[in-house]
Amino acid sequence: MDINIKIVDQIDCTRVYEDLSHPGSGGVCVFIGSVRNTTANETVNELFFEAYEAMAISEMEVIAKEATAQWGLNKVIMHHAIGTKKIEEPVVLVGASSAHRTACFEACRFLIDTLKERVPIWKKEFFDNKKVWVTPHP
Amino acid sequence: MKIHFFGIAKEIVGSSELDYSALEFPKTVAGLKVQLLEQYPKLQELSSLAVALNKKYATEEMELSQNDEIAIIPPVSGG
Repeated sequence: MDINIKIVDQIDCTRVYEDLSHPGSGGVCVFIGSVRNTTANETVNELFFEAYEAMAISEMEVIAKEATAQWGLNKVIMHHAIGTKKIEEPVVLVGASSAHRTACFEACRFLIDTLKERVPIWKKEFFDNKKVWVTPHP
Repeated sequence: MKIHFFGIAKEIVGSSELDYSALEFPKTVAGLKVQLLEQYPKLQELSSLAVALNKKYATEEMELSQNDEIAIIPPVSGG
């Protein structure tokens, strides 16, 4: 089991293939979340991310281990950025590699969906005349 | 004993950290939530309010002790 988890100032998307490639893997699946310029038709200028870092890391470890056990993954990566992020900047990168593609596709979806539900990271949206902490609707 | 706050909860409380003296400190997670919601009614407007003990999500009945690392977790919005 090979798990690579980090909270970073900047996401590096250039190394992800190296990070996930594995002799026993026939497939690598990656999801990158980035800063979009609108929310509900309002122009977003930038985002700010804050994390409870130690807990965020340990929750991501739990999620990565769950995914590894469920889909028999060879490698898992989960990186999340903190601080101010401009439009089009990557903010989260998750991925998995596995013998066959179905496992890594499904695992990748699970990694990002579960991260969004459980990992203690918060996003603030900056508009032209207001800033709001994003609080997802139940 | 210190309690850490993040995101919108930090904004409502007006600080990233609060100090509680041993006397006023609640015994359980549920007790702590009651106390905080009374003190900061705006926290009631959040869709959820979780408590983490020693970097793990805590259940309501869990007991608090002096050495716990306690954090208030408003609705998360990473990703």
